Amino acid sequence: MNLTLKVWRQVNPTVKGKMVTYHVTDVSPDMSFLEMLDVLNEQLILDNDDPIAFDHDCREGICGSCGLMINGIAHGPQQTTTCQLHMRSFSDGDVIDIEPWRSGGFPVVKDLVVDRSSFDRIIAVGGYISAPTGTAPEAHSVPVPKQDSDAAFDAATCIDCGACVAACPNGSSMLFTAAKVAHLGLMPQGQPERDTRVLKMVAQQDAENFGGCTNIGECSAVCPKGISMETISRLNHDLLGALRAGAVPAS
Amino acid sequence: MSRVTSRSSVCHVGRGRTFAAVATVTQQPAQRGAPNTGRFSSSVVKKAVMAVSGIIMILYLIAHMIGNLKAFSGAESFNEYSGWIRTIGEPAVPTQTVLWIIRLVLLASVVAHFWAAYSLWAQARRARPVAYVTKKRVQQSFASRTLRWGGTIILLFIIWHILDLTVGAVNPAGGDTTPYERLIASFSNIPITLFYVVSMLLLGLHLRHGIWSAMQSLGQTNRRRERSVNALAYVVATVLTAGFLLVPLSIAFGLID
Repeated sequence: MNLTLKVWRQVNPTVKGKMVTYHVTDVSPDMSFLEMLDVLNEQLILDNDDPIAFDHDCREGICGSCGLMINGIAHGPQQTTTCQLHMRSFSDGDVIDIEPWRSGGFPVVKDLVVDRSSFDRIIAVGGYISAPTGTAPEAHSVPVPKQDSDAAFDAATCIDCGACVAACPNGSSMLFTAAKVAHLGLMPQGQPERDTRVLKMVAQQDAENFGGCTNIGECSAVCPKGISMETISRLNHDLLGALRAGAVPAS
Repeated sequence: MSRVTSRSSVCHVGRGRTFAAVATVTQQPAQRGAPNTGRFSSSVVKKAVMAVSGIIMILYLIAHMIGNLKAFSGAESFNEYSGWIRTIGEPAVPTQTVLWIIRLVLLASVVAHFWAAYSLWAQARRARPVAYVTKKRVQQSFASRTLRWGGTIILLFIIWHILDLTVGAVNPAGGDTTPYERLIASFSNIPITLFYVVSMLLLGLHLRHGIWSAMQSLGQTNRRRERSVNALAYVVATVLTAGFLLVPLSIAFGLID
């Protein structure tokens, strides 16, 4: 099939970008979306043009590197990662708009690549547990209720792709932060830092120029891992609980 | 390998073949603003302020709506009810004490609600400095989208509403009248009634998303409760909107005079 792509081209963070139109021919419906972009890039290289920069790594939907705004929906029309989206989701003659994630916390590096180190800094302030190193302890020594372990696992499926931020009308990273807070806060091993973790991670998220949550639910609807809005409620509950318990985030 | 940078070292691998080991340098950009540790600077605390002040206002709205229905039992009953609000607690406390306590609590709620809303709106603007060329809605409701400008219109409505029916400054019948006379005068006027109806419909939308959002912000929702919280939001929003519309529409259509 033949497609018309309108792609956001931006040379570097300081220069203003714009949408540029490209035509791709002979696209196989079995190609992944990224393979289709690879084909376009090969064509651009042959034409001595600058290939389109985009992030990708595993192409198996598990690493969280890829992520594009496709026709106004984060990761495109299927609720999956961009690499797992196939061209059979489109039809011949389609015009596809491709843009980078847009948020104050995700400045554009080049074209479709954004700097997601803000996520690393949110993780760095609280996304850990204090556990003794050395030999792994006997797994059965700390019982975890099945319900809690299931909920923690659901939250732990977050791959940090940033689609939640991209889709949010407020540019908020709440679903991401909530997934980390719920993932660690539900486990017995995560209890010592539970109160300070939520306070620090939310403070960092606010400082990174992400917006506040207004419970609209766009994030959960595009999340490739289907992390639910319940996770955000859990974060709110934990944060208010931490304040009631008198926890103060050490700066 | 024409793009070897000054950071790269060129390694020789037998037979004169070389490859360039390109050093990967991670440039850590300066952190954008240090995190605020103040309690009320947290966006989640702002949402909790919004939720609590919203709940206080909803409780008042329920009482207000029930009070309005007194209009159906006639002028005397309506005016008597209005007078009773001013004399609650007498003679233990002076006239209007309870009324002023209610007014001050409501004023504090409105100010807190507005401050949280404005502050989160400003944060959301900073969070999306460059707009999308194309952005589609996946599942958001109309109610959730109209919260900000709907809330602003409701605020303007409240100011006008107090000037109209409480103070009487902008009332067609003037200020030196009984509450019932002001009520009839306002809703016999078509533009005033239309403004009231539009505001009440916006209030309904505001409550529909607001109640769900408040429960979520206070951490009280989960997958099991999701349906019941949404049902509660629909019921409260519908009952309040319908209850508030009943009196003005009855007057406009001549059922009460």
